[in-house]
Amino acid sequence: MTSPDGRTSGRGASRRRALSARAVFAGPGLLYATLFMTLPLLLILVYSFFTRGRFGGVVWEFTLDNYGRAFEPVYVKVFGTSIAIAAATTVLALLLGYPTAYAITRLSPRWRTVALILVVLPFWTNFLIRTYAWIILLNSEGPVNTALVDLGIIGAPLGLLYTPGAVIVGLLYAYLPLVVLPVYASLERVDRQLVEAASNLGASRTRAFFDVTLPLTLPGAMIGAIFVFVPSLGNFVVPELLGGGKTVMVGNLIRDQFLEARDWPFGSVIALFVVALLVVLFALQAYISRRINGRQVSRA
Amino acid sequence: MTSLLRIDHVSKAYGSTQALDDVSIDIRPNEFFALLGPSGCGKTTLLRSIAGFEDPDAGSITVTDASGGQTDLLVLPPNRRPVNLMFQSYALFPHMNVRRNVAYGLEREGLSKDEIAARVDEVLATVGLADRAKARPAQLSGGQRQRVALARAIVKRPRLLLLDEPLSALDRKVRAEMQLELKRLQHEVGITFVVVTHDQEEAMSMADRIAVMHHGRVQQIDDPVTLYSRPANVFVADFIGSGTLIPGIAEGAGLSALGRVLPCHAPAPVAGPAVVMLRPESTHLTSIDDASRLLDGTVVETHFYGGSTITSVRVSGLQPPVVVRTAGAPRHSVGEQVGISWAPADAVLLAADDGTLAADPGAAV
Repeated sequence: MTSPDGRTSGRGASRRRALSARAVFAGPGLLYATLFMTLPLLLILVYSFFTRGRFGGVVWEFTLDNYGRAFEPVYVKVFGTSIAIAAATTVLALLLGYPTAYAITRLSPRWRTVALILVVLPFWTNFLIRTYAWIILLNSEGPVNTALVDLGIIGAPLGLLYTPGAVIVGLLYAYLPLVVLPVYASLERVDRQLVEAASNLGASRTRAFFDVTLPLTLPGAMIGAIFVFVPSLGNFVVPELLGGGKTVMVGNLIRDQFLEARDWPFGSVIALFVVALLVVLFALQAYISRRINGRQVSRA
Repeated sequence: MTSLLRIDHVSKAYGSTQALDDVSIDIRPNEFFALLGPSGCGKTTLLRSIAGFEDPDAGSITVTDASGGQTDLLVLPPNRRPVNLMFQSYALFPHMNVRRNVAYGLEREGLSKDEIAARVDEVLATVGLADRAKARPAQLSGGQRQRVALARAIVKRPRLLLLDEPLSALDRKVRAEMQLELKRLQHEVGITFVVVTHDQEEAMSMADRIAVMHHGRVQQIDDPVTLYSRPANVFVADFIGSGTLIPGIAEGAGLSALGRVLPCHAPAPVAGPAVVMLRPESTHLTSIDDASRLLDGTVVETHFYGGSTITSVRVSGLQPPVVVRTAGAPRHSVGEQVGISWAPADAVLLAADDGTLAADPGAAV
């Protein structure tokens, strides 16, 4: 199609306009992600195939040994511990966070806002300070032990600090809001009429929750679980402060390889393993959420 | 005749808004009943009260069960009421396929697997969706979703099926088909249907009886023909169909208006300020010197609709024109002087309403 002044107009031009508009909106974020996420990841991928330099860095001699080393029992054990601790944190976060999110959706709109602000309130304090606070709470003369002894529940203070349990408590405290928020968002999206329909068809409230609400919020709960699991796995501050260095997690291992052992290639391999795990988890989430919602072929 | 559902003096307020104001309706067995009214008239609140999703402030709702006993619905939780509701949005479970959606209600009754399978197959065949049993709701068209919603409700074999705006989400063509289909299904399954709708054509064409609601009150309960030809008040006359309303003072068997007495359906039940309602098809045009004419006017507009013509006639002293429907092509031209007549039996005299006609400033002289 040609307009009177000779310029081509119509579909081609408008499609180009739409494309350039999209580039303007997506561009900055895409550029940022490429520069600071994709490129470093590629760098790590490259490092993982070469030999360590004596004082850090890499020597450009190709090798696959770094991958082999990752399967030595000592490192496999670190992975095992990390996954166990991160999984325990995630399960506890779901068990605490889902009912919290559900309770928030039942509040009046005004109190809902207040409750959501309360959920994210801990984020206003520095993460290190919050973690240090747990040292005070959990040590043998701390409020938790004192209270338990005073109440006569225990005879002598428990060694709560510097245990895997303390690490789980610290991680749970840090990441609980990350499960509450996505679960809240997905609960909000569940059409209340679906629950009414289940009830109208003979389902009790409990039954309707397990048949309708829970399956439809599973994708949101899985997002929340990933949000908790992944940073828990990679966290090295909490294991160090609350685990007393006795509980070594993947995050500690990666940090030590880069900063202390100065073995960049091996640190890269472990970092890549964590990334691979993450990709698998997100793929699983996407698959399950598609299974639940059905393929959107036509929309009313 | 014993009623199947008895709604007795039911009221419900939200703050200062009276959603239901002393509503009493008796619905008979195997009836196709419509609750009709503009949005916000309380019809949906009433439906939700029957289903158990709203709790009336006062009144009772009872259902007659198969053995003739009375069940008080209001004391039962929604999941124990012998009533099924088809939601306006259909509310199909998106994570279940058609078969599981339909089977859900039967599973809750604890029936055997074989019986559930047999009944689901039967009902899917009835609504013509046997070949879509494995599809998810998102893969269906609007009309198909509506059928699934209907199947899910009727498979429970309720005494009473409530339908909330069942056709509003469908486009015009599918709608006409489904109107017939609903009516056929109602005969076939022998369930009492209560339909909520704001669409009077839908209510008129499907329902055996209609309750017209406005501002939380029942205005009139009648069969469609009576509702149309003998509206009980000005709101119903104005809301149902089209026509001309002439305000005046009731006087004997007529209405004193425009300097003369207009003959009406006798006996005229009202005295004082009143309105006479003329339907377009029972109003006739005559020549200007015809002795039988009741009003004189000037033709201001004619619209030909193929089978019939709508002629608007300006009558001096009357703000909105008198609307007359005649068969065939227009027989009068714009500007022509004509007479208007009607059979007294076709003119309905109604008490002038308090402000219901305010939307029509010309009529409220």
